[in-house]
Amino acid sequence: MAMKFEKTGDGKYMLDVCGYVCPHPQIYCKKSLEKMKEGEVLEMVFDNPSSAETIVQMLDQAGHELLEKKQEGGKIVFRIQKA
Amino acid sequence: MATVAAHMADATEKRNQIWAFVVTGILILISMLYYKANPYYIYLVVYIWFGFAYGLMLQYGRFCFASASRDLFAAGVPRMAVGILLGLIFFSLVAAILTARNMTTFHPGPIGVHEVIGGIIFGVGMVLAGGCASGSLYKIGEGNGTSMLAIIGISFGQAIFADIGGVFNKFLPQSWIDSASSQTFIPKEKITAWFDYFLVGDVFHKPMTTLDKMGLVSGLHGIIKYLLSDAVINTIIPSLLLIIIIYAFYIRKGFIKKWVKKGGSTGLGAELSGVWSMITASKRTSLMGVLIGITAGLHIFVLKGMQIKFGVSNFGNILTRMGHTADVSIHGTVFDPGYWYITTQEAQFGAWVLEKFGWNMHDNVFFGVNNGIPEPWRNPALWMSVGIIFGAMAMALLNKEFKFKLPKGELIAWGLFGGLFMGLGARIALGCNIGAFFIRVAGGDPGGWLFGVGMVMGAFAGVKFFNWWSERKMAKEMASF
Repeated sequence: MAMKFEKTGDGKYMLDVCGYVCPHPQIYCKKSLEKMKEGEVLEMVFDNPSSAETIVQMLDQAGHELLEKKQEGGKIVFRIQKA
Repeated sequence: MATVAAHMADATEKRNQIWAFVVTGILILISMLYYKANPYYIYLVVYIWFGFAYGLMLQYGRFCFASASRDLFAAGVPRMAVGILLGLIFFSLVAAILTARNMTTFHPGPIGVHEVIGGIIFGVGMVLAGGCASGSLYKIGEGNGTSMLAIIGISFGQAIFADIGGVFNKFLPQSWIDSASSQTFIPKEKITAWFDYFLVGDVFHKPMTTLDKMGLVSGLHGIIKYLLSDAVINTIIPSLLLIIIIYAFYIRKGFIKKWVKKGGSTGLGAELSGVWSMITASKRTSLMGVLIGITAGLHIFVLKGMQIKFGVSNFGNILTRMGHTADVSIHGTVFDPGYWYITTQEAQFGAWVLEKFGWNMHDNVFFGVNNGIPEPWRNPALWMSVGIIFGAMAMALLNKEFKFKLPKGELIAWGLFGGLFMGLGARIALGCNIGAFFIRVAGGDPGGWLFGVGMVMGAFAGVKFFNWWSERKMAKEMASF
């Protein structure tokens, strides 16, 4: 099992941490956003519901915008724009 | 196409709901079978349903003590720390009233540096495993295989640590050996393991008290005495101070910046709004903190009522009456905390399994003298743990959050080693995040804070490690762009 952090286009990134449990999804989300530039968009896929609550609050505090959140068969997808 | 997808989503939701009812129905059936077998088992059934209630609330609130310090240090998110502190405040109020009315099963623990040391080891373990002792149980209910490994680690780690002697006894301080040899309240033949000398030669001699007995409120009587000492001084004031400190360090700067941008003026009003916004930032966690606190108090009340009803002080008395004498310790007791607890029952389960493989787990103080090793189906506290898993599973199914995830790769190591660390820490401190911290602090025992301090220190070290680890992995991933 491995986490995936990929550049999927101009200003677009994808982070896949499915299978990972706390605290990995929230740590990888924070670190991915640190690597990105302002205005760039991260699509994050994970399947650990407990991480979602923390990530939403983390984004809110840092001012990043959660553009979209959806649930797809046990997987959670967040689209985040870096502030 | 969209209609087909919507139809499939509806079908999945319905299936999940049915499974949630099946899970709940199984526990109802088990409860009825126990009651039919013997009305005495209603005592055990109470544990099952309080466990179920904890499971529902823990899963809904994503209530994990590992998250409290870990998410604060790793992501600057205080939701869980706030939730726990709110839980402590409400629990302490109920607990103080019960103590005043002599309706409590709470007993303080030994106060000493062992709590800080145990807390540190436990704190590292819970960050590695991705959940504390109670958090790992509720996450099993979500289908999380790593948490299952953590609980296996806790169970067997504790059981082995409680029984192992031999070469380890060469590292015992002479003072513990002398002290254990000179006491008369525990049969000498049971003092065999390193942990036995630690208990009998050291920890059992440490002071055990609650704040109401420490002379601060000697002039007061009745409920006000317990509310002021055990609730207000021991729990509420420190909890509120911690909330303010967390706000000042992690939230204040960002909040005031936004507040001023919106045209607000600085001052006490702004600060209070900031604290309130922090408390309400995760409503589900804060609300569950309050409910868990109140439920933990009610749990004590109901179990005390059961003890009065049956004229017993321990479920071991009931097991003996029913003829299950092999289940109990030499003192006729089994582990029956009388309140929310996690780790000892898992140690008993680990010991029960090891005995099936021929390992004598009764020749020690922890199992042989204090806690016994009941058959798992007659172990009330173990049923509480099962109740937590079932409750969390029902809630996860209802919220479409149940997903079976087999642990893979590095998570296998983190889960097992995290569990072993938690088990070791919990034995040294005589409890986990619930038994050594949450219950003790709210019950008015200042020693509970020592475990809390250790747990936070351990979590800090764990977060430092994971930060380094994830940075390393990120660098590898980014090498290609």
